[in-house]
Amino acid sequence: MLSPAGMEKFQQLLKRYPNKQAALLPTLHLVQSEVGYVSKEAIDFVAGLLALSPTYVHSVASFYTMFYKEKMGKYVIQVCRTLPCALCGSRKILEYLKGKLGIEVGETTPDGKFSLVTVECLASCGTAPVIQINDDYYEGLNLEKVDRILEQLSRE
Amino acid sequence: MAERIVFKNVEAPNSRELETYRARGGYRALEKALKEIKPDDLIDIVKRSGLRGRGGAGFPAGLKWSFVPKESKLPKYLCCNADESEPGTFKDRVIIEKDPHLLLEGITLTCYAIGIHTAYIYIRGEMVFGARVLEQAIAEAQRAGFLGNNILGSDFHLEIYVHRGAGAYICGEETALMESLEGKRGEPRVKPPFPATRGLFGGPTVINNVETLANIPDIVLKGPEWFAAIGTEKSTGTRVFCVSGHVNRPGTYELPMGVTARDLIYEHAGGIRGGRPLKAFIPGGSSVPFLTAEHLDVKLDFESVAQAGSLLGSAGFIVMDDTTCMVWAALNLCHFYEHESCGQCTPCREGTRWMSVVLERIEHGRGRQQDLDLLLDVCSNIRGQTLCPFGDAALTPVESTVKLFRSEYESHIQGKGCPFAP
Ligand SMILES: Cc1cc2nc3c(=O)[nH]c(=O)nc-3n(C[C@H](O)[C@H](O)[C@H](O)COP(=O)(O)O)c2cc1C
Ligand code: FES
Repeated sequence: MLSPAGMEKFQQLLKRYPNKQAALLPTLHLVQSEVGYVSKEAIDFVAGLLALSPTYVHSVASFYTMFYKEKMGKYVIQVCRTLPCALCGSRKILEYLKGKLGIEVGETTPDGKFSLVTVECLASCGTAPVIQINDDYYEGLNLEKVDRILEQLSRE
Repeated sequence: MAERIVFKNVEAPNSRELETYRARGGYRALEKALKEIKPDDLIDIVKRSGLRGRGGAGFPAGLKWSFVPKESKLPKYLCCNADESEPGTFKDRVIIEKDPHLLLEGITLTCYAIGIHTAYIYIRGEMVFGARVLEQAIAEAQRAGFLGNNILGSDFHLEIYVHRGAGAYICGEETALMESLEGKRGEPRVKPPFPATRGLFGGPTVINNVETLANIPDIVLKGPEWFAAIGTEKSTGTRVFCVSGHVNRPGTYELPMGVTARDLIYEHAGGIRGGRPLKAFIPGGSSVPFLTAEHLDVKLDFESVAQAGSLLGSAGFIVMDDTTCMVWAALNLCHFYEHESCGQCTPCREGTRWMSVVLERIEHGRGRQQDLDLLLDVCSNIRGQTLCPFGDAALTPVESTVKLFRSEYESHIQGKGCPFAP
């Protein structure tokens, strides 16, 4: 399931901990970065790698919101909804995104390009409102900036 | 310009590179400690500095270190808490991204003092960039002999690893953090045993916040007396205040402890946007009670803020002007806690959901007069009834707004709607 480079990274990860179980979160991150989400097969695969039961791996993976249970869009747009961002207009950004993308929170556009989710405080409240798209933060947003970001990502 | 300690390098060009850090005096404290200071004396220095934890609880750092047994069969560990998830808090991310070597030097000094050879930086999963910066800095430090075996020719050795979380606020709580690091669900442990005796992988463990650790190099280099002279008698040093919300210049401000809320808002953060009146502020992250314009002259140190009825917490300073509806604000934060409750303790899991339902109906004009006492009743049923302090945190925005702004809640109920709705 993992690429050779991914397997090499996995072997390096194991050296960081006194037991295999502790490598669970990093391994799930690694698998998700290659596969896009934590599928049923991914859970079985990780369980095998770490000598854990699939039920256990599932119960841990499901605790953490960053591990996606289903296939997501190429770009996962994560809108911060917590108070500091809300005081600075995050609601407007969210409504605008819903309209532009034509989807509700939790949905993915039919072309598989964008998913829209809300998240809690991203530790960037000084530059609110903030969204994260995949690994990157976009800060100090307004509607024009959102337009430019979407345009750029649509072209890629 | 006030003296800066943890933010002293953040504006320097290429601040995250080892070369820059060294040119600005970096790793001199480590050289000094390894040559001249015995581990126990280092703990004593930190005790004398009065340094208290910057993660929220304000526990004296040197005292915490001294609880760790000298001899231990199992390895001892340091966990650097870089989970930074308390709403309104955004300072650790700056240190990590702009001055990673300051944090690494602080960690190394701490491990030397306590006799630890493995440290983990538990960084929140969303901070992908920060994790990368730290990995690079660790590799750089290793190559230069500041980490690994025989650090700077001494017989002290240390490995530092970055461990990413995966989106769970509760993992900032120290025992949940250790569970998460062990590859488990982030559910807090029962205390005692305390981490200092039985923590990560069963070994004695110290957990400290990023900002706490970033203070150590200067304390070593300039001395505990120098540090203790900054701030107030019991809250020594500086604090990075994270100002967000309705101010003209939101951002991070490293200032001596004891600066007034008024100076922070009006001098440093440029005042309220549009010159509007201040309605409320939260001085220490979303888990501490709201304060009002009446409290503008409160000094921002642990003791004074507590005396005023709130807590300095994480120094996440959220400012709200007169257009802000307090029911809406409480509801927003209640949703946060409902979403983040780990679900282990029933009063917390059920209580946060129930409070959300009641707040939602009040905000949308369906509230009943009894709802206010109902909310306070739910709060008192959560308080002290949970394994970890999350429960008490979750009830705080609700309880403090009902107490401070009761008439605003009542006008929602009597007017059958939110008076602030556009
Ligand atoms: C629900 C909850 C969340 C917490 N989140 C954080 C956090 O994100 N970062 C942090 O440093 N401390 C957090 N803490 C405090 C830690 O439990 C712990 O006290 C702290 O990391 C100790 O470090 P310090 O003494 O250097 O402050 C949290 C506590 C609770 C109860
Ligand atoms: S509330 Fe959005 S980043 Fe903190």
